[in-house]
Amino acid sequence: MKKENILEAKNITVSFGGEKVINNISFDLKDKENLVVVGPNGAGKSVLLKTLLGTTPYEGQINWKKDIKIGYVPQRFVQEKDLPLTVEDFFKFKKISINQIHESLCSVGLHDLSILKKKMGVISSGQLQRILIAWGLINNPDILLFDEPTTGIDIEGEETIYNLIAKLEKEKNLTMILITHDLNIVYKFADSVLCLNKKMICYGPAQSTINEKSLNELYGGDIKLHKHTHEF
Amino acid sequence: MNFSIYSLITAIFVGGISGYLGSLMVTKKMSLVGDAMGHIALPGMGLALLFGHNVSLGAFAFLLLGVWVIWYLEPKTNLPTETLVGIIFVFSLAIGFFVTPDLELLEALFGDILKISTFDFWMAVSTSSIIFFGIRKIYPKLMLGFLSEDLAISNGINIKKYNFLYLLAIASIVALGVKVVGSLLVGALAIIPAAAARKISKNISQYTLFAGVIGALSCAIGTIVSNTYSLSAGPTVILVSISFFTVTLLLKNDVKTKISV
Repeated sequence: MKKENILEAKNITVSFGGEKVINNISFDLKDKENLVVVGPNGAGKSVLLKTLLGTTPYEGQINWKKDIKIGYVPQRFVQEKDLPLTVEDFFKFKKISINQIHESLCSVGLHDLSILKKKMGVISSGQLQRILIAWGLINNPDILLFDEPTTGIDIEGEETIYNLIAKLEKEKNLTMILITHDLNIVYKFADSVLCLNKKMICYGPAQSTINEKSLNELYGGDIKLHKHTHEF
Repeated sequence: MNFSIYSLITAIFVGGISGYLGSLMVTKKMSLVGDAMGHIALPGMGLALLFGHNVSLGAFAFLLLGVWVIWYLEPKTNLPTETLVGIIFVFSLAIGFFVTPDLELLEALFGDILKISTFDFWMAVSTSSIIFFGIRKIYPKLMLGFLSEDLAISNGINIKKYNFLYLLAIASIVALGVKVVGSLLVGALAIIPAAAARKISKNISQYTLFAGVIGALSCAIGTIVSNTYSLSAGPTVILVSISFFTVTLLLKNDVKTKISV
């Protein structure tokens, strides 16, 4: 059975003050598949995600499936210690019941519900990341846009966040666009991969697209490729 | 007209709604927008005083004009909004100084809540109530949008629409507030209660409640004290709210010291 495209992006160009931060990118995404976007810092990855969300002006065409529900996990969220916004307040932005909040916290491995009364500004970056993931998955979105969830998290934390994404992906059969600078993620999650450094360096099925030539072009250095095949 | 219960009630309504909206302004890091708007309102107040019209209505008309000019010039000049606001507000202050009759300049700059008409009273009470119930309805959407525009948009929130309503609400409380504390101090009416509330609140409901209550109390106490000791009401109100702010700072520091011991 042919899967339906839920997103078609054609010739996307985004300019800030005359400079093209994304230049002529095209790709599409089928239901229940994952696209991983890789590239160095400043390559325009987060801008691409925001463009897909509709928060950044662009040239080109972005066609989402009709009435699509998009979940979004941002790279960061304001963490000010004295901002009187509790985790519970944050979930209530979604207008859901307290039971749903509890379920949602448990699904991301936060079982101690006393966290609900804590301020968003004082929880650890690992907890914040889990909360943002839980928040993005409320109401079962058709697609989850995931922006570099590793930023600011220690290696151990990073590993468990990706374990969590892997678990959630299996449980919920998610469709995702995941942004990362970490190539290992490609082999774990990607059906297709897009290498981005302002322009599109490579795009295609994950296993055949990433090679030393495309990586050299992407990162401009002597990146050696070690395919990690172990499971989490 | 001497001090009346009407002045007191007006001050309480305006102070309460200003503090309540201030909780959003502080979150959006727009603490100075009230000050800027207060200045932009001055020529309108001056003209109203000159021709014997209602000061708040004159202020509101010029606020709408000012907001429109900034919105219109922003894409044309490519300047940051803040810079444009900076230019427009000092321009307004200069013009306002010339059009306001000398005798009433102090009233325009620092307010005179003790001198209000029945119309002022009813306008303040009804407008504050409408803004309160309106903003309360969209408060979570505004707050989320201020904390993360991307999350708000992914949640289906029309940021532009809500920002517009929010700015309209601020323009309205500024137009009311200039009557209480005047053009120069009106920004403080919103910001200080919110800053104080932020220090002592554990969650959003407390934050909005305390901001509103501190705003209302500051205006009430300030009005009574200024009347009792024949002081200018505007500066007195602001000093009272700064006292509240200082107390919350001390409370907060006290807690910190206990923890470190």
